[in-house]
Amino acid sequence: MKITFPYMGTSHITFKYLIESLGHQAIVPPKPSKKTLSLGTQNSPEFSCLPFKILLGSYLEAIEQGAELIITSGGKGPCRAGYYGILHQKLLEGMGHSTRILIFESPFQNLFDFLGKIKSIIAPNKVGWLEFWGHYKRAWRKMQIIDETEALTYEIRPLECNKGETTKVFNRCLDLIDKAETVAEMESAREQSLRLLREIPVDNQRKPLKIGIIGEIYVVLEPFANLDIQVTLGEMGVNTDRSIYLTDWTKENTAFNGQRDIKKFAQPYLNEMIGGHGINSIGETVRYAQRGFHGVVQLAPFTCIPEIVAKGILNKVSQDLNIPVMTVFLDEQTGKAGLQTRLEAFVDLLNHKRQRMEDIAI
Amino acid sequence: MKTRIGIPRALAYFAYYPFWKGFFQSLQVEMVLSSETSKGLLDLGVKEAVADACVPIKLFHGHVLDLQDKVDYIFLPRLISVNGEQSVTFCPKFLGLPDLIKASLTDLPPIIDEKIDLKKGPVELFYICTRIGRKLGQGSWKVWKAYRKGQSLQKEFERLIRDGQITPMEAIDVLEGRSTEQNQQEYKFAFAVLGFPYTINDRFISVDLVKKLRKLGVKVLTPEMVSKEKLSAQAKKLPKNLFWYFSNQVMRAALYFIDEAKVDGIIHITAFGCGPDAMVDKMIELEAKAKEKIPFMTITIDEHTGEAGIVTRIEAFVDMLKLRRGLI
Repeated sequence: MKITFPYMGTSHITFKYLIESLGHQAIVPPKPSKKTLSLGTQNSPEFSCLPFKILLGSYLEAIEQGAELIITSGGKGPCRAGYYGILHQKLLEGMGHSTRILIFESPFQNLFDFLGKIKSIIAPNKVGWLEFWGHYKRAWRKMQIIDETEALTYEIRPLECNKGETTKVFNRCLDLIDKAETVAEMESAREQSLRLLREIPVDNQRKPLKIGIIGEIYVVLEPFANLDIQVTLGEMGVNTDRSIYLTDWTKENTAFNGQRDIKKFAQPYLNEMIGGHGINSIGETVRYAQRGFHGVVQLAPFTCIPEIVAKGILNKVSQDLNIPVMTVFLDEQTGKAGLQTRLEAFVDLLNHKRQRMEDIAI
Repeated sequence: MKTRIGIPRALAYFAYYPFWKGFFQSLQVEMVLSSETSKGLLDLGVKEAVADACVPIKLFHGHVLDLQDKVDYIFLPRLISVNGEQSVTFCPKFLGLPDLIKASLTDLPPIIDEKIDLKKGPVELFYICTRIGRKLGQGSWKVWKAYRKGQSLQKEFERLIRDGQITPMEAIDVLEGRSTEQNQQEYKFAFAVLGFPYTINDRFISVDLVKKLRKLGVKVLTPEMVSKEKLSAQAKKLPKNLFWYFSNQVMRAALYFIDEAKVDGIIHITAFGCGPDAMVDKMIELEAKAKEKIPFMTITIDEHTGEAGIVTRIEAFVDMLKLRRGLI
């Protein structure tokens, strides 16, 4: 079967690997572009969020390439993303496409439904459960390696001597990891990638600002949606730390107890799960303030409900903890130049603030 | 002096006011309502609320500010679940509302932000009432009586709306003896006017659409006018419940009006930037188109909505229907 999936950040490498190891043909949607977005915008409800539009566009592009099945995730709300799959399916039907969308809901909600759906994918090629588990574990490792490599680029980029070199090397690393089939190959690709990145000539005299990136998961992970904000900031000499990785490897590696701690951090300001990454945005900001970050950038799609609530509350967090927060709402109209200007102003402000604090300290 | 408790005349007020009215009155607590929505209140809210919020949320900030100096407590329960249905809750803006208000407004009297989560069990609402009663220094027996009073008033309110096909505001007028139940006018058409109780029934932000439609000879049907049983019966037509209580009511009412009540037209009223409505609006549109080819119109309201623009649109919509029927 020709299977496609939502395109998000670097995750397509893993999804492609998993689908191919299960004996299907993976249709990797083209990297989201202006064309994807305009296809999606034309056919989506006006006030649906940017991820909804990009995904619809990228499904349509994958269908053009012959995709027969789309695999995506559901959700139990109250963020709208949990209903995406169903509405996408209706819209595709309305446009006359017969492509089916297979929506995976949380196994904690209905285990049999979850297992049944996996079975419908692995059974046609006679892949057993044990074999599937093996493929799944290898794919997971691959994703962890990609995330670890990516996280390193954000530390190195602000120090690089030749602007743009980190991005070039990172693309080479992704190729290496993409080609690795077995676990042994993956581990050697990992070491090679980390070495390549560490070999980039850097200027250790620089003292980059540290900015935390928070917000809605899709626009945080997908560079097309956030206009490549982490690379832009990196090339402006800022060290960015992203609060969300698909494998959450940072959390495992920093003895940080994930979701429960985030709730504890957010609790004085927001005492309720509001869906999406709303509570995370509050909790992570508190944590960044405690870790001595200079500022936080909140990314959210226009009309994203949880992030609007978070933004309202972040004003207070920012005042209380003395950490500047800049919110960027993204939609199909957002232009790169405008964002660049805002980021430059924000970075200037943070630099001034740091300088002032240092002067006081002396 | 009696304790004064302030209730903002916004959001949940339009759906659950009678319950709390019965409850607080029976407890001998003085209830203070914020003034009816006006330009001034809206401006106050717009100034203080987070810019990207929808107009009902901004308005809510205005109503809270209106109560600021007049009361000892502001009553702002956190709505999580009102009917125990699995995986159904409220829009995130409702879930975070007490926190949002505390973060954006200062110098407020204490806020009663009791969680209303009826998923926890059948007597949960009484427990909630007990906790609120304790805050106000009331004993269990009195709270029980007040709770019963609230429930009977709420039941009467819902019955009035259903049987009389009147709006919640008119039902409250009847309950408070300001008018008698009447909606006997002859109508040429019946329209489903779909939307949240707080967008349709706030006379200011909806530019009193219901009254205007009636003047044009249109019978107005809203989700509240359909019985709970009929609404629940529609649920199975959807592959998955929506996550938001009010949106579920709207979507199910839409299915009911399209499939069973056979209305002549559907008007969906939505607030600019409303997250759930972005989905619901499209789904109603697809439904209306696919099954019966029922004329459908969306009216988006925000803080700049002008009366003239809306009137022109509804007049054109009604005229189009008349043309179709050969009435002009």
